[in-house]
Amino acid sequence: MAKVKGAIVVDIEKCKGCSVCIPACPQEVILLAKEVNGKGYQYAYMEKPDACTGCVNCAIVCPDGVITVYRTKVEA
Amino acid sequence: MDIKDIIKPENIVYQKTKLFTEKPLSYCPGCGHGTAHRMLLEVLEEMNIQDKTVGIAPVGCSVLAYEFLDIDMQQAAHGRAPAVATAVKRLMPDKFVFTYQGDGDLAAIGTAETIHACNRGENFTMIFINNGIYGMTGGQMAPTTLPGMRASTCPFGRDTEIMGNPLKITELLAQLPGVYYVTRQAVHTPNAVRKTKKALRIAFENQKLKKGISFVEIVSNCNSGWKMTPNQSNKWMEDNMFPFYPLGDIKVPQLEKV
Ligand SMILES: Cc1ncc(C[n+]2csc(CCOP(=O)(O)OP(=O)(O)O)c2C)c(N)n1
Ligand code: SF4
Ligand code: SF4
Ligand code: SF4
Repeated sequence: MAKVKGAIVVDIEKCKGCSVCIPACPQEVILLAKEVNGKGYQYAYMEKPDACTGCVNCAIVCPDGVITVYRTKVEA
Repeated sequence: MDIKDIIKPENIVYQKTKLFTEKPLSYCPGCGHGTAHRMLLEVLEEMNIQDKTVGIAPVGCSVLAYEFLDIDMQQAAHGRAPAVATAVKRLMPDKFVFTYQGDGDLAAIGTAETIHACNRGENFTMIFINNGIYGMTGGQMAPTTLPGMRASTCPFGRDTEIMGNPLKITELLAQLPGVYYVTRQAVHTPNAVRKTKKALRIAFENQKLKKGISFVEIVSNCNSGWKMTPNQSNKWMEDNMFPFYPLGDIKVPQLEKV
């Protein structure tokens, strides 16, 4: 059966570390990094990349629109 | 599967619309204004009307909306967006015209312009961001501030005995025959965002029918003004704002009888 795999790319320099994307992710993929970006914000990253399904939930609630979502099918 | 095989241009399923300029949004981290802007732009893009749309920016945190939305915009004096939109739409009836206003702008200083544009049944779309507070100027009490809710000018909470009751301007406007469509939405969860987008789509489609005002309220957070983290403010909004400002359609056009 084909399985769906997803991934997100965060525009790190434009992320404001607001955390709104974190509870929006049903797979609990996202956390804030310990490091900060040029503006001093801890930015969002995929802590559990294998769990991402590319559902786009995180991206549509991100107030700054800094998340790009990718999705592909893999034959299992 | 290697992550590099997923992150390829042909696998993109969501990205920020090109109708945003490159400028970073000036809003506080987690503020709903950004999400509301994005849904608005996605609707314009899907309808392919970005070149035929004129937006009117308010005074408030979104005063600089024209810096971020890559469409024709005019910024109006505080509260006067519906008056400016009236002129733009009447002079250029083929344009899609919208106002974008906060609760201080729309429901306090601009009450007269709001009510009369609605009552005249002007044919444009009004987007109303209700965060219960004056965000830009430091979190003062707004007409929409809830009973007991703290603001910088009512630090012990809104005392309705002295300060009056919050104004449900959206329900009030829905009474007017010039108003065709009224709905109240939010942008704090994926589902809420999707519903807001649908509502905005309807509100812009309605302009083609020339039936009057389409009014979309978006209950939003002002986490800075409320002095909470963004996620706390969204929870607070669900627990406190939504019971008083319930989400959903308030006025939907009567189906034409066949
Ligand atoms: C004529 C006039 N009066 C007062 C002000 C000060 N002022 C600027 S923004 C604002 C209130 C904005 O609040 P709101 O419309 O709720 O928008 P928000 O910032 O919360 O998005 C006020 C009173 C002004 N700019 N012009
Ligand atoms: S919602 Fe957007 S801006 Fe906020 S932390 Fe997540 S990616 Fe960053
Ligand atoms: S696309 Fe869906 S699963 Fe992947 S990080 Fe975003 S919310 Fe989580
Ligand atoms: S002050 Fe409030 S409304 Fe203004 S940008 Fe900040 S959170 Fe948003």
